[in-house]
Amino acid sequence: MGIEQQYTVKGGDFSHAGSASSHVRKLLKQLEIAPEKIRRIVIALYEAEMNIVAHASSGIVRIFLEKDAIIMVLEDQGPGIPDIEQAMKEGFSTASRKVREMGFGAGMGLANMKRNADLLEITSTVRVGTTVRMTNYF
Amino acid sequence: MKISEILELCDARLVCGNERISNEVTSAFSSDLMSDVLMLPAEKLLLITGLCNIQTIRTAEMAEIRCILFVRNKRATEEMKSLANEHGMVILETPFSLFRTSGLLFAGGLKPVY
Repeated sequence: MGIEQQYTVKGGDFSHAGSASSHVRKLLKQLEIAPEKIRRIVIALYEAEMNIVAHASSGIVRIFLEKDAIIMVLEDQGPGIPDIEQAMKEGFSTASRKVREMGFGAGMGLANMKRNADLLEITSTVRVGTTVRMTNYF
Repeated sequence: MKISEILELCDARLVCGNERISNEVTSAFSSDLMSDVLMLPAEKLLLITGLCNIQTIRTAEMAEIRCILFVRNKRATEEMKSLANEHGMVILETPFSLFRTSGLLFAGGLKPVY
């Protein structure tokens, strides 16, 4: 297929958080990807998008649609993650009160991404930003 | 259980999705934590929550949940109703607490997810 999409995500913009994931969901439906595959993809993407809104100042979401897979790359400018292994543990959270008021920030996001993405790779530099790369196969 | 029965049992208001009132839900999940909601199987699931903001609707959209019941008299905003309509959801509001609502619907036959 070779479709590419790019979205800008603003840190702290909770009213638009999820709009990139919503757009990708519509796109996958149009492409008639199996509903259960779509669900896993958009849940992983939505959690990752929420993380940019919750923690970073801004970020770019890039979507690459191949014949047999979707590759999602989320790159943010933000505080970075000092200890990725610790951040992956369910219940570990550095989220603000505002994020918790939105129903997130309980330390389940990365675990939920890992559960739903076929491949998940996180690289991060403290005080620079974090890049999340997820791949799901159709 | 039909959505119309949920309205009666919980003394609820229907604020969105009038044409889907005879749709059925078979199980329910009560939570104010959206990441937990995103971990569930969504087939014919009712989400019961006191978390009433745009991210509740977004979460339901991503998780393919079609019916949300807001408790504690929380009111959906116009923005929330519009997004819910766009995705074919039903939104209900009850004055009852999360505990009372869950108890009534459990006793009425809705199944827990786990």
